[in-house]
Amino acid sequence: MHTAEPIEKVEGPSKVTEIRRFRVFRYKRGDAESHYDEFDVPVGPRASVLDALRWIEVHRDPTLAIRHSCFHASCGTCGLRVNGREGLGCVTFVRDLGTTITVEPEANIPILADLVLDMREFYARFPEQHPVMRASEFLPRAVPPDGMDGYERFEDCIECGLCLSACPIAATTDEYVGPAALAAAQRLVEEPRGADTVDILRWADQPDAVWRCHAAFECTEACPAGVYPAERIMDMRGVLVEGGPRRRAPVRTAAHEGGGP
Amino acid sequence: MNRDGRDLRAERGPVLRKGVGVSPSGWFDPRGRTIGGWAFAVNRITGLGLVFYLYLHLAVLSLLLGGADAWNDFLRIATTSVFLLLDVLLVFGLLYHGLNGVRVALIGTGLVPGRERALFWAGTVIGTIALIAAGLHILGDA
Repeated sequence: MHTAEPIEKVEGPSKVTEIRRFRVFRYKRGDAESHYDEFDVPVGPRASVLDALRWIEVHRDPTLAIRHSCFHASCGTCGLRVNGREGLGCVTFVRDLGTTITVEPEANIPILADLVLDMREFYARFPEQHPVMRASEFLPRAVPPDGMDGYERFEDCIECGLCLSACPIAATTDEYVGPAALAAAQRLVEEPRGADTVDILRWADQPDAVWRCHAAFECTEACPAGVYPAERIMDMRGVLVEGGPRRRAPVRTAAHEGGGP
Repeated sequence: MNRDGRDLRAERGPVLRKGVGVSPSGWFDPRGRTIGGWAFAVNRITGLGLVFYLYLHLAVLSLLLGGADAWNDFLRIATTSVFLLLDVLLVFGLLYHGLNGVRVALIGTGLVPGRERALFWAGTVIGTIALIAAGLHILGDA
């Protein structure tokens, strides 16, 4: 799925028109092992996978743990694997899937419960010595809640983790920092705004960082926000191969292609 | 991953891996893959195949230690149609791994970021032509 492209408008009623069977991954802390539960879910032509999961939660099993927020591909919290493929539940539509739909958590990220991930290791992949998570330049009057120093953001990245789940290399080693962290680092190299790019490149120029990528480009295919992580990794390699930061042709972005989250 | 991340592993929940059920196969999951994913997977499979062939080749060469008769006996088997088809398969592996290696080198050094699909199809055309030529040459006398 690549939702940087415009989402198709669906005509027709929003009422229930068919039943689809969902195989849903289940795991709770303390369980000896995980398993799958099956649910028959009534869906309409506009139903998303997240709609179906919420229906299961409300009508069949209130213990089903799912995480969601915005319903429009902006928050990144409903990242899942649907029939083995990474996608945001809110913009992965049931009509495009088979009669039996398997829903699993993202791969390569620890599971808290059912479809909910523990994202702490995902954030720990980012270089701690650099301000890759920039202070937000918007809403200067916004007051962060207790426990937060301030609002931060990763440029276009919505921190959904789909790139890390899709990456075949992340499946073989947890030491690889992964596409999201490298894409964020490349953004700083591309547009430093005062950041120390030499130090960032030194962080990236490691066997488990920019050189671990095998150019499968699955991260770019999975990214729902038009970040193009693989292209950014390749671009940063180009900078490293040529000895230091310099201006390159811009990496393509969703904005260049007329799309966007 | 930084030190805090490594410390978290002690208390982490299960981590799903892709693959075909065996732990080291996490890099191979055919479900929903795109061209880049398949290119990577086939590259790794042909790489493993070529490593296997290298050791097989050394083992075959060791037949020379058995003298001319042992070698000639092997050659009679090696020129059968089945063996020659395996030679064509070997050429496929060499071509694929080599051409894809060039593709990955070109995009992996940042020389042509964003042109991975075009390079894949270019390599496919070149490789297919070369494979057909090699196949005709190898099987022509069979």
